[in-house]
Amino acid sequence: MAAPKKSATKETSGEKAQGNGSSSPPEFTRDQELSALRDMLLIRRFEEKAGQLYGMGAIGGFCHLYIGQEAIVVGMQMALKKGDQVITGYRDHGHMLATGMEAKGVMAELTGRHGGYSHGKGGSMHMFSKEKNFFGGHGIVGAQVSLGTGLAFANRYRGNDFVSLAYFGDGASNQGQVYESFNMAELWKLPVIYVIENNRYAMGTSVSRSSAQTDFSKRGVSFNIPGEQVDGMDVRAVKAAGDMAVAWCRAGKGPYILEMQTYRYRGHSMSDPAKYRTREEVDKVRHDQDPIEQVRNRLLAAKMSEQELKAIDAEVREIVNAAADFAQHDPEPDPSELYTDIYR
Amino acid sequence: MPIQVLMPALSPTMEKGNLSKWLKKEGEAIKSGDVIAEIETDKATMEVEATDEGTLGKILIPEGTADVAVNTPIATILADGESAADLGKAPAPAKQEKAAESVPPAEAKAEAPASKSGGGEEKKAPSAPKAAAEPDPEVPAGTEMVTMTIREALRDAMAEEMRRDPDVFVMGEEVAEYQGAYKVTQGLLQEFGAKRVIDTPITEHGFAGIGVGAAMAGLKPIVEFMTFNFAMQAMDQIINSAAKTLYMSGGQMGCAIVFRGPNGAAARVAAQHSQDYSAWYSQVPGLKVIAPYSAADYKGLLKAAIRDPNPVIFLENEMLYGHSGEVPKLDDYVIPIGKARIVRTGGHVTIISWSNGMSYALKAADELAKEGIEAEVIDLRTLRPMDTDTLVASVKKTGRAVTVEEGWQQNGVGGEIAARIMEHAFDYLDAPVARVSGKDVPMPYAANLEKLALPSVAEVVEAAKAVCYR
Repeated sequence: MAAPKKSATKETSGEKAQGNGSSSPPEFTRDQELSALRDMLLIRRFEEKAGQLYGMGAIGGFCHLYIGQEAIVVGMQMALKKGDQVITGYRDHGHMLATGMEAKGVMAELTGRHGGYSHGKGGSMHMFSKEKNFFGGHGIVGAQVSLGTGLAFANRYRGNDFVSLAYFGDGASNQGQVYESFNMAELWKLPVIYVIENNRYAMGTSVSRSSAQTDFSKRGVSFNIPGEQVDGMDVRAVKAAGDMAVAWCRAGKGPYILEMQTYRYRGHSMSDPAKYRTREEVDKVRHDQDPIEQVRNRLLAAKMSEQELKAIDAEVREIVNAAADFAQHDPEPDPSELYTDIYR
Repeated sequence: MPIQVLMPALSPTMEKGNLSKWLKKEGEAIKSGDVIAEIETDKATMEVEATDEGTLGKILIPEGTADVAVNTPIATILADGESAADLGKAPAPAKQEKAAESVPPAEAKAEAPASKSGGGEEKKAPSAPKAAAEPDPEVPAGTEMVTMTIREALRDAMAEEMRRDPDVFVMGEEVAEYQGAYKVTQGLLQEFGAKRVIDTPITEHGFAGIGVGAAMAGLKPIVEFMTFNFAMQAMDQIINSAAKTLYMSGGQMGCAIVFRGPNGAAARVAAQHSQDYSAWYSQVPGLKVIAPYSAADYKGLLKAAIRDPNPVIFLENEMLYGHSGEVPKLDDYVIPIGKARIVRTGGHVTIISWSNGMSYALKAADELAKEGIEAEVIDLRTLRPMDTDTLVASVKKTGRAVTVEEGWQQNGVGGEIAARIMEHAFDYLDAPVARVSGKDVPMPYAANLEKLALPSVAEVVEAAKAVCYR
């Protein structure tokens, strides 16, 4: 398995779904389906609420929503074990919720309140949880790739079998430090999975306009890092690819690249009118490939009732509403917090 | 006429070397390109190739001789048809003016330590610690002192901390098998192995990020930059990732990491390799910035930096690596970060500097003393956090201050010091604070221009006299 193995996927014109290639992935058990559904729904509802609060002025600055990409973090998290580390860029709310961070603490950070994970000092793009092994939340495109490689370095240094997941987008894939990291990761056989979330647009620039090699699974070829393209809209495919990559890393074989083919429904950030793509393009993906609908449909086909599914949605909405309520009523950080946490 | 082979300068900062081995014997034929001898510099053992053809006539410096100055004749080569009888005709030993030109700035030369049994000609040149009027408060009275180079002090500091804490490791370019581009990490690979002494590819941005990531996971990396000039490539990781994470995470996640390496001007390496980053890094909250001068401070402060739970920028100076000083022989000599040191007491003017700037400051103080001006010289040692109290207390006593730095003046550390003195001791000042600094130009290559671009002892003397209205 030294050579890159990838599902046969052609460059899409932007209309057709990506990565819907070859054979269908292994089926989930009913429990897995339910768990994936619940986790993806939590992210979706959370992000919808965050968008709403942003519109109300409760959230400031930059806010990058994860809607449409939920299957990636949820599927990958299902492949991990406790102690594995996760790090990502600025589109990070989904990653935090998937690692088990509390919706309340994340939302309160978005509103800049004391009860936020960083006491309001980090905001949307800079949140961390030592307890959940979530290492941020990084605002500089590509920086998390070197940092995530460093997390893997620490695992290898300590001789444990933990794996680090470094998430980044198709845009960050063109940053120089990504390749510096690839080189060292393979040279030192570091247990890191590079999860490239290819949502087709680096802010407003489509992949074909920014990237000479648009098959991101091949980006590690010159370093001998194997890679694979994955249907990032199908949580089962994500989990299967994650299982395989995690096993590769835990076995001490070095890094692995997973290109997750996905789509973001919203603009790059809240202030992005997304004029670089058509309404039809967005609607088509939503209609044909939505990661949550895929699971819902399978559960319905397996004789789960609409009622039961609604109950899950209601439970998730309750969590999100409670988080939003907390985030709007929790006090702002004490002015003395301005000068804390600069040095230890 | 026989040709003289001169002791070559094998690196920009080399002033002398050890003639470790002759590979040709007297009377042996030599072709251009033949390796005739091995010379050990402060950085590496290098081979000397002949550039002339003939016969090795006489070896003037036997093998095993230490501290042979650059441009000293080490052998004579006889051309075809010449014999030993012609040896006396060799030209007189290399002309002084030529030597002076090809040797790095005179400041560094005058400071050359007499650590080994070299010639007796360098008996003046007081080194910094000896000039200290104030005993080091960190060292108990009666402590035995050991003379060592700054290079050795740095290595010992790292080795001691690595023995003490298995989470400490060193990474950087050429730190392991090459034994350090400037030999600072010499012997660490042999003692600690490749797991903890790690050669990296030449990718500063990437390995700085990997170091920061490893630190976020709880390890304590020492990241060596071959020089801080190359750390410009890594600045995003140093500032955006290392310095800010503790704050951005609300105190949850920090980064105990040391970024170290030579900073500032070396000798004759021109604009891209001669920049002083004191001001750049010391502006950033979240970083600690250390820039020592004496061997003891190099050791004690590097140990403190490695133990510190915060990201620390440790600015060394290549010109000082070979300088020797006395280091206390203590099991665990750690100097607190953030404390300046009064290296020489005086009542007329306060001269404030750090790192190699101290060499100008101390020599200027000697000169000023001859004219009856007693300067108090303060080695800042740490730039962030800055020990304002010590500076202010001194200026309250002297009423006058001069700052000395190799970096540029605009937005420099000297400007910051002047502002603090103005804020805290305005009523005590008898003259405006004077700043001696590097000139407002990229570092030139030509020896004379380079010298002009750097501060000089004369400039410090002049500034001190000016603030004393003398």
